[in-house]
Amino acid sequence: MPIDTHRGASVFPQLEDVLPLVNKPIQYVGGEINARGKDWEATTVRWALMYPDAYEVGAPNQGVQILYEVLNEIVDVLAERTYAVWPDLEVLMRKRGIPQFTVDCHRSIRDFDVLGISFSTELGYTNMLTALDLAEIPIHAADRDDSHPFVIAGGHAAFNPEPIADFLDAAVLGDGEEAVLLITDHLRTWSGEGRPGGRTELLRRLARTGSVYVPAFYDVEYLDDGRIRRVTPRDPDIPWRVSKHTLMDLDAWPYPKNPLVPLAETVHERMSVEIFRGCTRGCRFCQAGMITRPVRERSITGIAAMVDQGLCATGYEEVGLLSLSSADHSEIADIARGLADRYEGSETSLSLPSTRVDAFNVDLANELSRNGRRSGLTFAPEGGSERMRRVINKMVTEEDLIRTVTTAYAAGWRHVKLYFMCGLPTETDEDVLQIASLAREVIKAGRAASGRSDIKCTVSIGGFVPKPHTPFQWAAQLDHVSTDARLHALRDAIRADRSYGKSIGLRYHDGKPGIVEGLLSRGDRRVARIIECAWRDGARFDGWSEHFSFDRWMAAADQALASEPVDVDWFTTRERDRTEVLPWDHLDSGLDSEWLWQDWQDSLSEVAVDDCRWTPCFDCGVCDQMGTSIEIGPTGVTELPMPRVGAGA
Amino acid sequence: MKRTPDRTVAPVAQRVRLEYAKRGRLRFSSHRDFQRALERAIRRAGIPIAFSAGFSPHPRISYANSAPTGTASEAEYVELAFTETLDPAWVRESLDASLPEGFDVLRVVQATPPDLAGRLQASLWRIALPGVAPSVAEAAAECLLGLETAEVSRMTKSGMRTFDARGPVVSLVVEPQESEDGCAILHVVVRHVTPSVRPDDVLSALRNVADLMPPAPPRVTRLAQGPFDPRTGSVGDPFAPDVVAESASQH
Repeated sequence: MPIDTHRGASVFPQLEDVLPLVNKPIQYVGGEINARGKDWEATTVRWALMYPDAYEVGAPNQGVQILYEVLNEIVDVLAERTYAVWPDLEVLMRKRGIPQFTVDCHRSIRDFDVLGISFSTELGYTNMLTALDLAEIPIHAADRDDSHPFVIAGGHAAFNPEPIADFLDAAVLGDGEEAVLLITDHLRTWSGEGRPGGRTELLRRLARTGSVYVPAFYDVEYLDDGRIRRVTPRDPDIPWRVSKHTLMDLDAWPYPKNPLVPLAETVHERMSVEIFRGCTRGCRFCQAGMITRPVRERSITGIAAMVDQGLCATGYEEVGLLSLSSADHSEIADIARGLADRYEGSETSLSLPSTRVDAFNVDLANELSRNGRRSGLTFAPEGGSERMRRVINKMVTEEDLIRTVTTAYAAGWRHVKLYFMCGLPTETDEDVLQIASLAREVIKAGRAASGRSDIKCTVSIGGFVPKPHTPFQWAAQLDHVSTDARLHALRDAIRADRSYGKSIGLRYHDGKPGIVEGLLSRGDRRVARIIECAWRDGARFDGWSEHFSFDRWMAAADQALASEPVDVDWFTTRERDRTEVLPWDHLDSGLDSEWLWQDWQDSLSEVAVDDCRWTPCFDCGVCDQMGTSIEIGPTGVTELPMPRVGAGA
Repeated sequence: MKRTPDRTVAPVAQRVRLEYAKRGRLRFSSHRDFQRALERAIRRAGIPIAFSAGFSPHPRISYANSAPTGTASEAEYVELAFTETLDPAWVRESLDASLPEGFDVLRVVQATPPDLAGRLQASLWRIALPGVAPSVAEAAAECLLGLETAEVSRMTKSGMRTFDARGPVVSLVVEPQESEDGCAILHVVVRHVTPSVRPDDVLSALRNVADLMPPAPPRVTRLAQGPFDPRTGSVGDPFAPDVVAESASQH
């Protein structure tokens, strides 16, 4: 069969021949309910949206689903999705010359105007390089010409895109809904004018808006000791700083309206409705909470309508109410009761990612599981000792925790999961060992409250990675040897407990992947060489333990940084001082640097900060800088609107 | 403390049987992929499916003998229980519209005894071998059919198993002309035995006994499955008793 090679042609005929040879071929065929396939010729701006991980992780991603729908709603715009292919398929694609393709219409991503990549984590960077390379798009932005798509990064990791700056044409900080429309408008206009000035001209127009970061327009100079001297725009019309985007009225953007229902099994077999965006709890380790301020709630009526519409459109049997801390919605009690009433008897279950440690959270979980099984509840004290929790500003006392789990076990929950972190600033061995005694108290209280001995508590603990735009951006990351030693001491302490140890489960990962994540999180442009080197050596799917190789990354770093005065430790386990220019200082998350530094100092003095939703403003800088404000209820509406006939049942 | 669910389950009012096809790119779906797709299609269509009792209620759907991942089919079967009595023609239309394209509902009948699983005794498979001349395939088929047994090995859930792939093969016919896209076309009737002999096992046997190795992956479609007639060696319609009962009730 002759191979169709015009722009936008489907590569499915070639792909079809190799699919019988790979694992789980269904993930590559598309065909999801609510997927769109638009006519290539009838559109003027064409986006390929990539989630740089396996389909099973990427397909449920809300960010990609939202932008996919927002873009496809515009008549002359087409958006398709692409995900990282597993190494078994990659080998066959290279052998047969099959390019990285979209799952919607199986077009080469090289044919699109824009490749938008959503980075929830830095561990997707190597997968981006694989995708570009498979599509024969030069991995370095400097080598691309007018025939190549613009490669634009978004997502939380894009708040420090410097380690991948060489590979990107642009990056967008913050909420994507309006940003993709801005880029689309500029692209359409520039194309309509006959693409004057080539790709540099479009990038210049985008950069001038002050809300699209084009790394090539900025020079980075270094001091002799390896620190950054300064980052300067190359031309007078390029702004010194680039600002994040903030979507203010969530009710005006009820996306995804028609969530995708994949054929392949994914990590989230449910529909999600985002009930608010942002969080001002002020946990100092939490990048998401810092970079998504201020809090913007969706109204109770908006949430109810999205749940109803989404269930009708998908047939899902479970709805998750999504946010950074769902119990904090100002109307959550009415929402939970209203939804539980509405879907009672319809075999539709509701879930709330429950991490807040208080009895109210248990009440909510009880409401949502009225007739179902009460298996596990999750809480995140994060720090093992009360001192540690003051340092990270997670204000939970041991009494709070015991009271909460007592309520949970008494209400019939059998299993409580507790999340912690290891390697937090100022942490000692003793802080981590206190997790064991805390878990023991939890079991003791649970046995008393439930009258049963078969209740369980699972402790999940991960290594802390300091992130940009947080008060801990200056902190030293704990080296992996010390992290592992603390985790092993904790494991031994739990095992040695004869009366309670058997009821306590411990889940942890070793500290090595955290060091690579730390390198990629707080790295600068020199880290790009390490990424490229590791990728050329075979690094793929670095978030998957079966694919991750610490030694490969360290060898790549040795090679790539050989002529530099810096090394992996310099990027990770070194504490920064107030005067150091950080690689992301020219990228504006709205947070005032002075406030962040003060919060870091408060942390070291174990001083807590309240939540600005219920107290006066602490001048973190976001609302002033971004012209935004806290948008919360209550709206006064407590009754949910009537569902549509036949909804979900 | 509550330990048992205080839920009542609506009784079953009707059982129907579904015949569906798995076509095109959806042939790459697994059995579990179809299960999820069907359950969600039922909910989208608002069909009153019955649920099991207990803490984890499941929709009452019985699956039978589904075609392997990567294999297309024109003859797949499931049985559904409803809490209301519905017109089978309406069920066919609404489920077909609700399922993704490629899972196509062909027929829906009211279920009558005996049970469906017992009626699925043999399958007729169409195997297209790209780049293989019909004469070559014919010679390989003759070679296999001339043997009493032909052992093959396949990785199963319980490890590598070796079994006879020749015995259950009732007939293996090669079309004299190659297809438009240059494939030899085989029609194979295989009786359902344990462990089941699948089309890829027959192809393994052809490779073992006659070195038949197509240069590209074969395309396999189940054309029929149903009661086996030992007299004619053919596969019948598993819905025949239900269709008879239905027309009797209408007269």
